[in-house]
Amino acid sequence: MSGVGIRGAPPPLVAEGLVRAYAGVRVLAGVDLTVEAGETLALLGPNGAGKTTLLRVFALLLRPSAGHLALFGVDARSAPPALRRRLGYLAHESFCYPDLSGAENLAFHARLFQVPAARERVDALLAWAGLETAGRRPIRFYSRGMSQRLALARALLHEPDLLLLDEPFSGLDPAAVETLQERLVTLREAGRAIVLTTHDLDRAAPIATRTAILHRGRIASVLDGRGADDVAAAYRAVVAGGR
Amino acid sequence: MRGALVIFRKDLSIEWRTREGLSSVLVLGLLLLVVLTVAHDAPPEAAPALAPSVLWATFLFTGLLGVQRGFLLERENDCLAGLLVSPVDPAAIYVGKLGANVALLAIMQLFVVPLVGLFLHLDLMPVLPALLVVLALGNFGFAALATLFAAISVRVRAREVMLPLLLLPLLVPLLIGTVSATRSVLAGGLALATDAVTVLVAFDVIFAVAGWLLFAYVVRD
Amino acid sequence: MGRVLPAVTCVAMLAALYLVFMVVPTEQQMGIVQRIFYFHVSSAWMAFIGFFLVAGASAVYLWNGSRAADRLAEAAAEVGVLFCSLVLVTGPIWARPIWGVWWTWDPRLTMTVILWAIYASYLMLRAFGGEDEAVNRYAAVLGIIGVLDIPIIMVSVRLLRGMHPAVIARNEGGSGLVDPWMRIALLVSAVALILLGSWLMQLRVRMGRLGEEMATLRHEEEARRGEVA
Repeated sequence: MSGVGIRGAPPPLVAEGLVRAYAGVRVLAGVDLTVEAGETLALLGPNGAGKTTLLRVFALLLRPSAGHLALFGVDARSAPPALRRRLGYLAHESFCYPDLSGAENLAFHARLFQVPAARERVDALLAWAGLETAGRRPIRFYSRGMSQRLALARALLHEPDLLLLDEPFSGLDPAAVETLQERLVTLREAGRAIVLTTHDLDRAAPIATRTAILHRGRIASVLDGRGADDVAAAYRAVVAGGR
Repeated sequence: MRGALVIFRKDLSIEWRTREGLSSVLVLGLLLLVVLTVAHDAPPEAAPALAPSVLWATFLFTGLLGVQRGFLLERENDCLAGLLVSPVDPAAIYVGKLGANVALLAIMQLFVVPLVGLFLHLDLMPVLPALLVVLALGNFGFAALATLFAAISVRVRAREVMLPLLLLPLLVPLLIGTVSATRSVLAGGLALATDAVTVLVAFDVIFAVAGWLLFAYVVRD
Repeated sequence: MGRVLPAVTCVAMLAALYLVFMVVPTEQQMGIVQRIFYFHVSSAWMAFIGFFLVAGASAVYLWNGSRAADRLAEAAAEVGVLFCSLVLVTGPIWARPIWGVWWTWDPRLTMTVILWAIYASYLMLRAFGGEDEAVNRYAAVLGIIGVLDIPIIMVSVRLLRGMHPAVIARNEGGSGLVDPWMRIALLVSAVALILLGSWLMQLRVRMGRLGEEMATLRHEEEARRGEVA
């Protein structure tokens, strides 16, 4: 509930009682969460807790079985195309075609999102991702780190107001991690909202303004920006306690 | 619908880059044609009568294999999700993919049909315009249904057998229409084929609209 | 509906059997074997009702995700395929003594085969498509497309060159139901088979619901065990 907010504007994300279930299997069992502009929320949880599913629901890729989701005040169920323009989603997969080059992939997504001044934007992001020369080669030949940086570039291409990042630091070497952390802080200070999932507390803690722990499909606890040790302790407590 | 054009061009550039789909579809078309012609083993006088069935059986089976590639390429790196998070309407994805399939299949037809004329001792030149109309109608109708069901088949188990299993019964009226129309056209031109052409046009329209409306339910969870 | 439907079905079936075998006079040209016509045509009508139900229930399911609609679609498809199979079996039994052939590609039979194949593939999709919930949606799409194909199939099969033109002219039903009892017998048979089909669907829907409840209970039990351990 804390964090910097633009006065008067609806929060980027309000989730109430989100459930995702099929035949008795509840991947999400009632998630309540609000994310304000200028926040960076780190979402932690053991495997199978539902982090990826939750992020996909936020990204409007999955429909919840029950519950309510509002993005920028708009009900997700009636999401108009314009709403998707304000979302940027990074998944485990890169969403990029192996036979096209990095530049071609970014240009394609730029056209999908109707990004103005597309060519300049693509060049700028390739530089941001450190892929100026590699941008011309098919991404089939990219290393894991390069793919990850390209996927991030793709997610940021259209300057979304809400960033949903699923394990953004995976595959990145320490230098790249630091660069990404700096970029994310810059974006946060510009008023964007960021939700990221991670396994690695140490990488998320420096930039997170809030941390939420997801356990068995529910938000077990939410902590305002504290040190990594406090968060780790809380995490262990949640998992050991079995909710 | 701009999105449809963007996706269409992207599919064509990927296809052009590898030419994998195109070459396999052309070679398969040739092979099927040879197999069917040889299996019939008809004497030269009887051969022309086989042309409609051989042509469309070749098209059908080659098409079944060729049309999967459009959605298989979206599976790598979960690219379809990349399309779905964008502002582009799923119906536009359908139209884009449909266009790409029609283009691919048209190239295959332009390759196979002259070979049919060659193998079956048939002169196609006099009836070419009418024949092209029938080819186009058959192509579009096939692609309209196949694009929808290819999207389904790549997401289920038993993928290889599921697409023909689901599509072939639905395509029988198209097959009847195209074979009948082709036979009439070869006999004397489009005028003889009005009933068949009506069936084909109805098929094309109904299933293009149905595909356009139902595609979103296939791709969106 | 619980007890009433089976009871009424039994009564109707008995009435139909009585009428068809005891009351109705033997048909002039075809003899005793013509009596199968009443069940042949009634089965066809029930099959069609089943397939239209599949489409309707599928549309409802796509619209609002109703589990009941999905279960009904599956049940209607199974019952539809069952009665369609009956048509395809009774057809040749009727045809062989009269026309001398087991099979002919005349419009009506061809259409029946195609329909059977479409909804058999629907059942295959549900059976072998995998565990994902999305398969229900794919089946629903197929159910709707199948019904849209029906008018086109009807028109296109007329383009087929029939083997025996005479057969097409006087296939079935059209051959003058001269005796009023024949019309009554047909009506009663149709009602009986429709009731039978409805009862089977009711049972199948219940089966589906119980199956889902079992799966839910199993998963909840596993989740509970997981927590204790």
